[in-house]
Amino acid sequence: MAEFRLPKSSRPQKGARLNSDLGMKSPRRFEIYRWSPDSDDPPKIDELYVDLATCGPMVLDAIIKIKNEIDSSLTFRRSCREGICGSCAMNINGVNTLACTQPLDDLGDVVRLYPLPHMPVIKDLVPDLSHFFEQHRSIEPWLKAPEIVSDTERLQSPEDREKLDGLYECILCACCSTSCPSYWWNSDRYLGPANLLQAYRWIADSRDEETSSRLESLNDSFSLYRCHTIMNCTNACPKGLNPGKAIGEIKSMIAKNES
Amino acid sequence: MTNSRPRPISPHLQIYRPQLTAVLSSLHRLSGLFLSAAAVGLAGWVITLGLGESIFASAQQFLSSGYGAGLIALGLFGFFYHLANGLRHLCWDWGYGYDIKNVYRSGWMVVACSLTAGTAAALISL
Repeated sequence: MAEFRLPKSSRPQKGARLNSDLGMKSPRRFEIYRWSPDSDDPPKIDELYVDLATCGPMVLDAIIKIKNEIDSSLTFRRSCREGICGSCAMNINGVNTLACTQPLDDLGDVVRLYPLPHMPVIKDLVPDLSHFFEQHRSIEPWLKAPEIVSDTERLQSPEDREKLDGLYECILCACCSTSCPSYWWNSDRYLGPANLLQAYRWIADSRDEETSSRLESLNDSFSLYRCHTIMNCTNACPKGLNPGKAIGEIKSMIAKNES
Repeated sequence: MTNSRPRPISPHLQIYRPQLTAVLSSLHRLSGLFLSAAAVGLAGWVITLGLGESIFASAQQFLSSGYGAGLIALGLFGFFYHLANGLRHLCWDWGYGYDIKNVYRSGWMVVACSLTAGTAAALISL
């Protein structure tokens, strides 16, 4: 049974106000989820102001500014700052996305930052993604073609190559999986949208020769079929991909194989 | 690094913005649950016919009360919603309507259809 409420020790309390907006030209209020393994405090929501007049355009710019100028203990992941590494995935004003590609101008008067939903928190905005990547390992994300072709590449027609468009671009940021209520309640056994899209990326690859065993290994009531086409995943994907559709394709391939 | 204490679970349902996608999905399940119960209720109502005039009369009295009418109206809206959204699911299973624009379009269509059909049915029957 799904646990809709947070366990008591996980419920965020009101935190501190870290600065005031005095003297700021263009103040924007931030509410940020904080939790540290080194203190005994419960999770809390800190409030602070950032002057957008002296800040870059994206949410990540503001977060870096906060760490540099207001609270150096604020913890988050970031790397490429251009939407290709997937490190800065977080929940911004109720929706999962990448902080580096989310313009501050598109957000309201308050910017609320939380770690990706329903994940164990390592610190502040950093969730523990070990299980997510373990699941990725389980779909065997590599080309499986036992026969060795000696002196040439494995060729693919332009049409077959096109089938991978919308799949290969996935950066495994986990925005979609952690937006999925089904994944919240069943992540122990349900693979979730990101890893099912990744699974389909290899199923759809004309060069892969293990299509039927890949389909077979997904065909149980939890791994694949906890997807109820809620479509929060596709709504969340910061790369504009469609995990919901990829899962639909897998379901349809399995149904057609069996009939 | 010391693992001094268990990690909290990050907030989910409490903070995720309600969107048409998730809201319609949970309504589909809720209406399904309600209709299952309503089917048992309907059978119970038929059984009261066989239990004698006075029992049937009190069942009728309950059904024509405010509570009864409310339950029937809920059942009617739930029925048309579950039907329309079920057809939406069938379209998905046939491979159509997965892009976000069409997910929203079909979603609002389901809402409009179930409200119209539910209201019409409620007006006729209540």
